[in-house]
Amino acid sequence: MGYNGMRISSGGQNVSDAPKLFAPAQGRSPYATPLTPRRRGLIIGASTGLGAALAQKLAGQETSLALVARSKDKLDALCRQINANGGYALAYQHDVCNYDEVPALLRKIVADLGGLDFVIYAAGINLPPGGMDKYNFENDRKMIEVNLIGAMAWLTPIAEMFQSAGAGQIVGISSVAGDRGRVGNPGYNTSKAGLTTYLEALRNRLTRRGVNVLTVKPGFMKTEMLKAAQGVPFFVIEPERAAEDILRAMQKRKQTIYTLSIWRWIMLIIRHIPSFIFRRLSF
Amino acid sequence: MNLTTRFAQLENFGHSLKATCYRIKIEKTEDLHEVFQLARQSGLTVTARGTGISYNDVSLNGGGIVLDMSGMNQILEWDPASGVVRCEAGVTLEDLWKRVEPDGWWPPVVSGTMKTTLGGCLAANIHGKNNFQVGTIGEHVTEFTALLPTGALVTCSPKKNADLFYAMISGLGMLGIFTTITLKMKRIHSGLISVDAWHVPTLRRHLGDLLEHAPRYDYIVGWLDTLATGNSLGRGQIHAANNLKEGEDPNARETMKLSYQHLPDRLFGVMPKSLLHYFMNPFLNNAGVRLINTAKYAASLRRHTFRESHAEFHFLLDYVPDWERSFGRGGLIQYQSFLPKETAADAWREMIQLSHRRGLPAYLGVTKRHRPDNFLLSHAVDGFSLAMDFKVTDRNRAPLRNLLLEFDRIVLNAGGRFYFAKNSETSPETARAFLGEETIAKFKKLKKRCDPHGLLESDLYRRVFGS
Repeated sequence: MGYNGMRISSGGQNVSDAPKLFAPAQGRSPYATPLTPRRRGLIIGASTGLGAALAQKLAGQETSLALVARSKDKLDALCRQINANGGYALAYQHDVCNYDEVPALLRKIVADLGGLDFVIYAAGINLPPGGMDKYNFENDRKMIEVNLIGAMAWLTPIAEMFQSAGAGQIVGISSVAGDRGRVGNPGYNTSKAGLTTYLEALRNRLTRRGVNVLTVKPGFMKTEMLKAAQGVPFFVIEPERAAEDILRAMQKRKQTIYTLSIWRWIMLIIRHIPSFIFRRLSF
Repeated sequence: MNLTTRFAQLENFGHSLKATCYRIKIEKTEDLHEVFQLARQSGLTVTARGTGISYNDVSLNGGGIVLDMSGMNQILEWDPASGVVRCEAGVTLEDLWKRVEPDGWWPPVVSGTMKTTLGGCLAANIHGKNNFQVGTIGEHVTEFTALLPTGALVTCSPKKNADLFYAMISGLGMLGIFTTITLKMKRIHSGLISVDAWHVPTLRRHLGDLLEHAPRYDYIVGWLDTLATGNSLGRGQIHAANNLKEGEDPNARETMKLSYQHLPDRLFGVMPKSLLHYFMNPFLNNAGVRLINTAKYAASLRRHTFRESHAEFHFLLDYVPDWERSFGRGGLIQYQSFLPKETAADAWREMIQLSHRRGLPAYLGVTKRHRPDNFLLSHAVDGFSLAMDFKVTDRNRAPLRNLLLEFDRIVLNAGGRFYFAKNSETSPETARAFLGEETIAKFKKLKKRCDPHGLLESDLYRRVFGS
């Protein structure tokens, strides 16, 4: 996999060197008034799959969006589509592994959007080692870098900002895969377990400051990532369906959701399988 | 400077609009230099904010820097002999009157709340209930200093840098940041003010009385029952007041004491007023307001004259703390229109009737008498203003917006104007229509001169003047 996304700034010094917009929407977000309120949201990992589905659904809800992703073409196409349909989305090309870029890029995004009310970290990769007896440190490292450290790089300044403001909402797309370490993909399990725990810690810090932290644990979804699934996937849903669940949970300011919700019960059972049995299983 | 830990969610006075900004506390002029430098480096825009009690987005700057000016709150010089006071821009009207009143002076122009800062008062060029007699606050400023984004500290008076003087006052903080302000106070000879109150049964009588009686008074203000219909439409009560002349108050020495100007914090001496807004909330609907207005009007039928303290007369909005919270979760907005005396009655009749037909009546109406002034972004006319408070709910936002857009059309057709401290929905087209292209071009030219890099921007500026 190539992670050589174009570097867009040399890191945190001068925002005027930061990424150029290439979406059709230009200038600052439409203004909000008491009678035409707008929310301002940031989606990281927005070009495909669940991130893109969330962007499309949110765009129709008086929300100005900043969309961050590695793939320029897909991001551009998505923004074009949203803006053509009366929404407002700005695109920012960025590789979440370029951690140093985050502070300056975030500042620019908040200025362009005219504020920030919520953020969704949806960037994630799944690179299975290719069998239960195979190991691949390079892949594992990449998954940790994108799924976990990327999230921490973005959510650290955002948590600090929301804590200071006493308001805001953070949504992290984790996975049912983080609930248990399994034979098929130790690196992915670890990255998502780490993300789930990180989000829980943020929640415990921030709830008392008026900030909502939502952990989303999807099961199987019809996205690129489904190819990495081991065995025969079941309860597979479209990302649009998961996006609907997530928006509903955001509105209710929930803490953790599974999508589909049946995964809550499946994972409850899986979490309680004793180790002496679990280590003999082949999934 | 770490901006991340300065992120803040700020609101308008009516709790109907929120914006997330970086809030930086300013304590001295040097801090302003530093912030302008930071803004230039980081590509952010800057807006000043006093106590943040405008009804709209004039002191909000979503995603940018908001200067918290409340730390610049020193009264630098006060001369009780001449009545001239020099203050920092974050001094509030409350700080000011409490300082000058015991010496026999009162601020020449005050808003309905004493919480406003002088910087904010100048930026909006506020008026009081005495607008028809003494004009706006700007007419009582003898001099001010302001820091421009270029780094220049300018001193302006009606004689010196007059173009900046008449543009920065009313300039919504978009040309520079006020640092010190020199004002001339008004002499008073008593801590009391003499008030006449009488009812007016129709809109025509209401405006007719404001016009006819104003010349005999220092202050005049009307309450308008926004729910009354038919022949009673526009009915209300007028309060007109005169300062007491020397010798008219035998207890002047007592009444001038600060303790006498105290607004009571309990109702009937029992209930803490800070709780009152909870009890008002159940009445803040069409039926409840109709009930209250009818009772209020009935109580006003007896003409009476009384004396009350200056603070009680002027600062009605401070009478019930947090009263705006009684409007509930969606908060409130105010729509204030200024109309020439010839067209006001017809236009307001049309607007009030329209609001009734749409089922969206205002819950409070306040009228005042005005005269024009020489400031660049002026809201003044030779006529009247009507301020209407509307409750905002999730369900009424869209229809209320449509109603206000129609109001804008009616007001513009009647030759009216608007006030940038109040209306939150004014469009660039409406602003252009009442200010005129020439005024806007003049303002933008001055903006270019004072702020060549466009560092000063508020949500209001972007909304009304584009960026």
